[in-house]
Amino acid sequence: MSKTSKSLAVAGAVAAALTAAATMPAAAGTKEKCYGVSLAGQNDCAAGPGTTCAGTSTVDYQGNAWTLVDAGTCADIDLPALADGGERKGSLEPQERDLPA
Amino acid sequence: MSQTEPETVPGTVDQTTFTEAMMDGARNVPLGLVDHEGAAAGRRFSVYRNNVAVSLTEAMHSAFPVIAKLLGKKNMDGLSGIFLRAHPPNSPLMMFYGAEFPAFLENMQQLSHLGYLGDVARLELALRHAYHAADVAPMDPMALAGLSEPALLDSRVVLAPALQLIRSPWPIGSIWQFNTNAGATKPQAGAETVLITRPDFDPIPQVLQPTDAICIEALIQGASIGDALEQARTTDTEFDLSSPLTLLLQGGAITGLESKG
Amino acid sequence: MLQSPSQTALPNAPGVGYKPQHFAEIIDQADPVQWLEIHAENYMGDGGRPLAQLRHLAESFPISIHGVGLSIGGESPLDPEHLARLKRLVDWLNPASFSEHLAWSTHDGHFYNDLLPLPYTDATLNRVCTHIDQLQDTIGRKMLLENPSSYLAFAESTWSEPEFLAEISRQTGCGLLLDVNNVFVSATNLEFSPQGYIDAFALDKVGEIHLGGHDEDEDDQGRPLLIDSHGREVVDPVWALLDYTLERSGPKPVLIEWDNDVPDWPTLAAEAERAAFALKGLPSSGAVSTAANRATA
Repeated sequence: MSKTSKSLAVAGAVAAALTAAATMPAAAGTKEKCYGVSLAGQNDCAAGPGTTCAGTSTVDYQGNAWTLVDAGTCADIDLPALADGGERKGSLEPQERDLPA
Repeated sequence: MSQTEPETVPGTVDQTTFTEAMMDGARNVPLGLVDHEGAAAGRRFSVYRNNVAVSLTEAMHSAFPVIAKLLGKKNMDGLSGIFLRAHPPNSPLMMFYGAEFPAFLENMQQLSHLGYLGDVARLELALRHAYHAADVAPMDPMALAGLSEPALLDSRVVLAPALQLIRSPWPIGSIWQFNTNAGATKPQAGAETVLITRPDFDPIPQVLQPTDAICIEALIQGASIGDALEQARTTDTEFDLSSPLTLLLQGGAITGLESKG
Repeated sequence: MLQSPSQTALPNAPGVGYKPQHFAEIIDQADPVQWLEIHAENYMGDGGRPLAQLRHLAESFPISIHGVGLSIGGESPLDPEHLARLKRLVDWLNPASFSEHLAWSTHDGHFYNDLLPLPYTDATLNRVCTHIDQLQDTIGRKMLLENPSSYLAFAESTWSEPEFLAEISRQTGCGLLLDVNNVFVSATNLEFSPQGYIDAFALDKVGEIHLGGHDEDEDDQGRPLLIDSHGREVVDPVWALLDYTLERSGPKPVLIEWDNDVPDWPTLAAEAERAAFALKGLPSSGAVSTAANRATA
């Protein structure tokens, strides 16, 4: 395919993207944004689990058996099962690359 | 490791014996663990059984808050109890615990009617990796304006380490929103591809239009801007670069340009 | 009193375990807290907010890096990748102190996210000393080793814990981190005198003191079994044991650890204020050196 067929739209598309990016609402990293906790809870959720050097007095170590009980929001999400044999691409390479071995 | 029990001095407790008993509440407390009067440790050993199980269960809740919300606390606790014994952490970096959880969910017979769980867990893992990814300053967007069109189309974008893309046959972005933001609409059946960018320090997941997904996926895989554009145009002949470039620039995801060479 | 972060010692003043939810308040007004401690493993990502916050805090506060995942007492060799990560973090931050635990947490490639107990034998002594030598060589400085909380004992132990720690310090040159709450917890659980333990402890090697809250449970015989949960205020008998310790050791950096059910900043700062009060009544802070913590390898 010749490049001229797509060229018309390219300059305009880049200009539009630059305009949109220049007025972006969330991006610009102000000092407050950088160092603060932006939204309640968001920070900790994104960080994931941390370490501890403390013990716990909550007692729960028996469970190696489990039966599904009705709970949670999955009951509110009614999604039909995928057609059998439907292509399941799954996740792509990039996010697998830096998972711990 | 050998199948037979290692030869041990009577009354000594090696760390293999300790961990096996710690991770299996049905096993006896190892002889040689005692109280101050020399009597069997009994419940005192349970403190360690408990610390490990509870701390790793809590880790799973903070690692996968959306899965925990979808399944409810009781199910998440029960699943964590099985998971943490099948897959104890293989690193002291707890921030990355749970890499095996998506496949674990998909192989759970009792969850087979909730086919989306695995990909939702992948999305949560990807968000954490984005959060902890290296900081690389985004490129000045004006660098794009400075290129001739052929040079631009021949260029590859260098993408930020925080950038992630998750493709699923399930509406995982909508499921995530529904369980994270009050007032989000109920997910509708359908495939979704989610782009994660981290413009400052908080990862932002966004559901992509199918053609944007094709274009950005091609860029991630190293295609030139021109090739990525063409791949998207095989689906939509009217497709142009404004939408994917806007998403990437707003997300601070383009850190440089390199010529195709 | 306050020292710059480039100096390799903590001030003889109150510090707290840093929690991200307190960031804004700490930056705004941290008094009486004069230094902060972080868990090494939570800052081993490649970037993002955790490291940005830490870089910012280190401009204003001496930082102590407290490792919880090296498994110094492990039967397996130390994980070379983890050693390298520790070195990278220490090189990057140049902290006022580095400390770890007399415990193990990794076995056969699995990390159990808890501080597991050791028998005090010659074999353990040799292994721990080898691992500490290896760590100190790697990071190029001396570390502090912390006494554990004990819930049980090993029939095979031949050393008392204070003597065991003193011998490790003698052989490796490491300093010690004395967790006074751990002493109280262990003394209750194993029915020994906490003051006797302090009397036997190598206080001249102590570079830092920890305090934290514990929970109460009981063993099979209904005797008290205290759990080192770091989830509430330090109790009065532990404050008294701190006074007993400081009278003998002189002023030390004193840290409040609160890791579970983390309170709001004023509650944590009030605990630090109480530590400041305990330090205040003491003779001149220059009299006693935190020598162990200042040495370089």
